[in-house]
This record gives sequence, C-alpha cells and structure tokens, in this order.
Amino acid sequence: MIVELGHYALALALALSLVQAVMPAWAARSGDAALREVAVPAALGTFACLLFSFCALAYAHVASDFSVQNVVENSHTAKPLIYKISGVWGNHEGSMLLWVLILALFGAWVAGAKTSVPPVLRTNTLMVQASITFVFVLFIITTSNPFSRVAPAPLEGNDLNPLLQDLGLAIHPPLLYLGYVGFSITFAFAVAALIEGRLDAVWARAVRPWTLIAWSFLTLGIAMGSYWAYYELGWGGWWFWDPVENASLMPWIAGTALLHSTVVMEKRDALKVWTVLLAILTFSLSLLGTFIVRSGLLTSVHSFATDPSRGVFILAILALFIGGSLSLFAWRAPMLRQGGLFAPISREGALVMNNLFLVAACATVFVGTLYPLLLEMLTGDKISVGPPFFNWTFIPLALPLLFIVPFGQALAWKRGDATAAAQRLLAAFAGALVVGLAAAAYAWGGPVMAPIGLGVGAYLIIGSVLEIWARARGYGQSRTRDLGTTWRRAIGLPRSAWGTALAHAGVGVAVLGIAAQAWSTEGLGTIRPGGQVAAGPYIAVLDRVGPKKGENFEETAAFLTLRNRAGDVIGTVETGKRFYPSRRMTVTEAGLKTVGVSQIYASLGEVMPDGAIGLRLYHKPLVLLIWIGALIMAAGGGLSLTDRRMRVGAPVKARAKLPPAAVPAE
Amino acid sequence: MTRKSRRLILIACCGAVLALALGLILSAMTGSIVFFRSPAEVAANAVPPGTRFRLGGLVTEGSLKRGPDQNVEFAVTDTGATVAVQFRGQLPDLFREGQGIVAEGKLDAGGVFRADTVLAKHDENYMPREVADALKAQGRWQEGGGKPAPKEAAGEPKDGAKADPTLGQRSER
Repeated sequence: MIVELGHYALALALALSLVQAVMPAWAARSGDAALREVAVPAALGTFACLLFSFCALAYAHVASDFSVQNVVENSHTAKPLIYKISGVWGNHEGSMLLWVLILALFGAWVAGAKTSVPPVLRTNTLMVQASITFVFVLFIITTSNPFSRVAPAPLEGNDLNPLLQDLGLAIHPPLLYLGYVGFSITFAFAVAALIEGRLDAVWARAVRPWTLIAWSFLTLGIAMGSYWAYYELGWGGWWFWDPVENASLMPWIAGTALLHSTVVMEKRDALKVWTVLLAILTFSLSLLGTFIVRSGLLTSVHSFATDPSRGVFILAILALFIGGSLSLFAWRAPMLRQGGLFAPISREGALVMNNLFLVAACATVFVGTLYPLLLEMLTGDKISVGPPFFNWTFIPLALPLLFIVPFGQALAWKRGDATAAAQRLLAAFAGALVVGLAAAAYAWGGPVMAPIGLGVGAYLIIGSVLEIWARARGYGQSRTRDLGTTWRRAIGLPRSAWGTALAHAGVGVAVLGIAAQAWSTEGLGTIRPGGQVAAGPYIAVLDRVGPKKGENFEETAAFLTLRNRAGDVIGTVETGKRFYPSRRMTVTEAGLKTVGVSQIYASLGEVMPDGAIGLRLYHKPLVLLIWIGALIMAAGGGLSLTDRRMRVGAPVKARAKLPPAAVPAE
Repeated sequence: MTRKSRRLILIACCGAVLALALGLILSAMTGSIVFFRSPAEVAANAVPPGTRFRLGGLVTEGSLKRGPDQNVEFAVTDTGATVAVQFRGQLPDLFREGQGIVAEGKLDAGGVFRADTVLAKHDENYMPREVADALKAQGRWQEGGGKPAPKEAAGEPKDGAKADPTLGQRSER
C-alpha cells in the first residue's frame, strides 16, 4: 500500500511541477500576481510529494518488500540496515528519485526562503526549475519506475553489489547530487533573468549563495567519492580520470568559475553576459554528466544497468535544456547592457584570468572525455584517453591559475598595482621557494613536479594568511602596527573574507597532498607467515592468515605488523578478501594505517592453497591532505555562506533587528 | 587606456590561453592516446612491438598460471585468435577464466603481451564494451549479452549463468 502511495505521490509531483511551470508563464500574459505566486506553494508541494515518494521507496527497502522489483534487485534480508537505506540510491531508479528529490528541494528552498529576491525573478526561477523537475519525473515514471511490482514475489533479494556496501555509498551520492543538481538553481536563475531581460547586481546577489551552496556540496561529494574509490577499489589511486569522475569534475570547474564571476558581477556590475553563460554551461555539464553515467556510452568503473531508451530520453532532455537555454541566451544576451569598466591589472582582470584558465581546463577535460566517443562514431577506431593525456593538459593550465590566486586578491578593484601586490606577497614567494628547494634537496633525483607542487601549495597557504593579515592591518591612514588592533580587525573582517582565505588555503593543502603522491612507493610480493613486503620507509610482516565472519559475508584476512626500517613497530593492519554468498562475489578490503597525514595501504592478493598470499603494500606520503584540503575548501564555502550578505535561510531576524537603529538615522 | 585597447588586451589574453589549451590537447593527443585492439588484430600483425595499446577479450579457459613473485600468465582470446599475456601484480577480484577483460601494455619481440594494467569491471555481469563489440563483430556475441543482465530484474537466480561462465552460456542471456 505504501509503495502504491509512493508511486501516486510521484505522479502527483509530476502534475504539481507542471502547474508550477505553467502558471507563472500564464500570469506573465495576464499580469495576475496571485496566479504567478501559485508557483510558491506548488514548489513546496512538489517537494513534499517527492519526499513522500522517496520515503516510501526507502520503507520498501528497509522492510525488505520483495514484491517491489527495485528491492529484489538491490536488497537482501541479511544486509545491515545502513546499507538497506543507502541501497535506495545504489541503483539507477532510486538514485534518479534522489536526483529529482534534490531538484525539488532546491525549488522549495528558493520558494520558502524569505530573501530579497524580486518576486518576478523568484517565480520565473521556480518556473524554470519546475520544468526541469517535470521532465525528469516524467523520465522516471516512463523509463525507470522504482515502484514497479514483481509477481510472484521472490523470497530473497539479489543483494546490493558488495562494492557499494560501504559507508561511502551512504554519503557520497547525496552530497554529490546536492552539488550537481544544486547548480540547477543557478541555471534557473540565469534563464529567468534572460526571460525577464533584467540582469543586475541584485541578480548576482541572489545567485551567489546558491552557487556557494552547490559548489561546497559538490566539493565534498567529489572528495568523498575520491576517498571511497581510494580505499575500496584496492588500487591505491585517488583519481583515475575516469569518464564518470570527469563528469563530476567538469561542473565543479565551471562552477568554480561561476562562483568567481558572480563576485565581479555583484561588486562591479561587469561580466554579466559571461556570468549568465557560465551558469547555463555549469548545469549543462551536470546534465551531460548524468547522460554519461546513465547511458553507458562510455566505459567506466561506474555506470548503472543501461537501457538504450533511457539514453535517448536523457539525450532529448539534454538537447531541450541546453539547446533551449543557449538559444534564449543568443537571442537575449545582445540586449543586456555592459557595465563596470576595469583596467587589465585589477581584481576584475585577475578574476577574468581565473575564469579563462578554469574554462580552458574544463574544455581539455571535456575533449579528453568525449573525444573517444566522437572518434568511434566517425572512424570506428576505439581508443582510450587516460591519465597521461589529462596530466599533460590539465596541470600546465592549473599552475598559472594557482599562481594568480593570491596575486589577484592582492590587487584592488578597478585598477590594481602589480608591483605593490608582488611586494605584499614577498613572504609567500619566499616561503614557496624555501619549501620547494627543501623538498628538491630532500628527494634529489626524484620527480621534478613534486617539489614544484609543494612550493605552489605553500605559496597558496601563505598567500591566504597574508591576505587576511594585510586586510587586518588596513591600508593608508587606517593602517596599524599594533598587534592587538590587527587581531581585533581580523576577527571583525567579513566572514566571506575568511571563507575566501580558507577556501584558497584549502586548495593549497590539497595541492600539497597531490604533489606528494609523486613520491608514493609500492612493494609487491608473495609471502607466507613471517615473510615481509617493503614499501618506502615501512615493512609489513605477515603474522597470520585467518577467517573472519561478517554479517553477510565471509572474510579471509591477512594480519600484518608494520615496522619502520629501524625495526620499531608502527602498528598493525589487516586486509582481507570478503566473499558475499548472495552475489557470489569477492571483494578486496584494503587495510589502511594512518601515520600523521600519510598512509600505509595494504591490499591482499590471491590466497594460495598452500597458505602463501599475494600482498601489495603502498606508502602514500601526505595523502590525506588531498581530502583534508577539499574539506577546508568546502568549509570556506560554508563560512562564506554565514556572511550576513549571503544568508538565504533566515534574514528575517536581521531585518527585524535593523529598524530601531535605522529609523533615527532617517 | 581606452576602452578599445582594454578590450584588445582581454581578447589577446583569451586567445593566448585558448591557444595554449589547444596546443596542449593536440600534443597530448599524439603522445598519449591508446588504441583498443582485439586478439585477431594482434594475430594479423596489425600492431608493431613496443606500441602501447589495450588488448581486450576473454580469458582463455585453463590458461591462467601463477608464477613466483606475483607473476601471472594467461591468454586472451576472441575465440578466433589468442594472445599470451604476462602480468606482474594483483589481478582484479573479478578476474576469472572465461571472463571479459581489458589489459593495457605492449607486445614484446616474441609476440607476448606484457601488461601493466588489467581491468575487469567491478560487476560480475560486465563485459567491457570494447570486448563485446569485438566479439559481436565476429558473430560470437549476441546483442544484449554484454548488458548487465536485464533478466536479473525478473528475479531469476543468477547462479545458472555464473556456474558455467563459458561463452555459449553467457551469450544465451
């Protein structure tokens, strides 16, 4: 019964989103404000229906209702509860439902938040958002219904793919979708502005918090996915340049560019047309990513059970929204007035360069991801574009970009002084040089890029500290030499200034971690108890091999003692092979030992009948910094969101407090 | 500085960055693209030794030999031609005889494929698309076989297909 209600709620959401999409357009003809405002309750209603629908599916999973096909395919009675819940989105149908739920969540968030967004812009945004929701709910109902029944119901389900039975599945997709799909709202704002033909600082101020929210979640989602792949796939790699990873990276890069260009638009009323185009492109890349993942066109470690009809449907959605929005852009953009002049050497100039490099980097990822597909269609040749391509194209574009980051911040708006900015960053240059040279001396003859990368990371971190320092010290007459005043001023700086510094420092931290991976070492061997495998400064000694029992798997585990080269015991680590009887599938469970921010990574290979095992041991110096850096970046985004100018949730209180102070002033 | 010269500087910067990106893409295209080859193509001497490529096919039944120190030998076939493969390292969990795999590496002078990467998709129903296409081209594989089992949806026991993962069995699905 609950399943049927869930299905019904899904259909109701379809109808409500249609109302939400049509009414504002109708109202625009008749000029009826009340009719226009129907979009607001409709948005809330759509979200409520989809939430109910999602909960109904989750209920079916938790209760192991094997009369539902989706549950049969992806669940099992012996599966731990947490994976029964996360299994809801561990498959195509359920994850699509989560996708539209988040789409509707952002719609309802815009509808419910009491912001100063002009009402017409708000309802037009809701209209665009609803049209996306409508099409995707239609997609679910017609091609991927999660509520379809099976008769007769089997007694037991097929279980979830064991690789997905991990905490990573519980966290990664919701975060990723909050980011990925979150960019739909900036897209909706952009299209709404184009429809209305009004594009100003008010628009930029309305869009910025949403961009920040989506960007922060996408950062977390990608980082979480990367860490999950790192420990679960057993290859010790943290980024594979896999088409599906690229599909999430492209909106992230474009979203980063959007984040920066909206700043220019809000502060200086410049780069309007470009910002709108970026907002459209960012969500278009999200849609493209959805298409890549769901159509199965590109070979990847991800991908869902594919069905050609789904691919064609999503391609049609892609054509509709990307084609439609770009046509609208081409038609309306020439009418938008250009504003805000600036000199090439200025904050704006630096942000333009930031956008240029980001877009160029995004384009290279785009080409590398889709070129194999194009070539196969044209010539029939099958090729694979792997890490060498992306490293060769992406890194040379990323390095100048990273160089600009602190530099741009040290420049003034409108017209900057490059010499003064360079002087301000003297400490950062010096620090980078020291770190880079020290690393090069320490690991002489090693990889060239690693010391350079460490230097760049140090430069970014020191640059962020200097930025806060310089702003707290003040400029011109208000400049202070007193440490106490500096400290108080630093505390009093806008939260967005701290957020920016934090996010940029986070990039630096991640760059440190990425660069240090060039020094990772690995060892491989066939050993018996007492035998050892070495990697870098560590040695793993096999104590014993034994069985372990899990809730729904049987594990053969290797217990290892880790020592350093001097022979001191660092700790123990265990790695195993888990056999899941329900799927008759074996999965390697890597063993991780964290030393500071470095990790020792053990992965069990074949267990021979005579008791010998294959073991691969990696030493990954500073590897955790990659994800810590991403966390810091997202935290910077979150901190910026708490800035008074950017709150989307509840600025009502702030406004209520204001009048007593404001009235006498008038 | 006039508006015109500012715009020129901006356009010059755009041009420079885009030219850099294009140059990088083109240079990377010539150096780091890896082609996919089937055993039949390798047997027809289509690939000179020393060229990096991806070899895809089914692991020949009974060909897997584990040597000392994590050295492995097996053969990859498209049921017509067969290529011997050498690899040092850990094979993926889903590596099985009869299963479709993709290996990346180079041919040595003796015609043995020295792989440095072996990929088997992390899904037991998976057939690398390139492998499925290559087999299909030779009429050894039926449409739908490479798809992750639509029949599974009907709740059929999967063990039938798993118990004997030979080509004939699998292509029936």
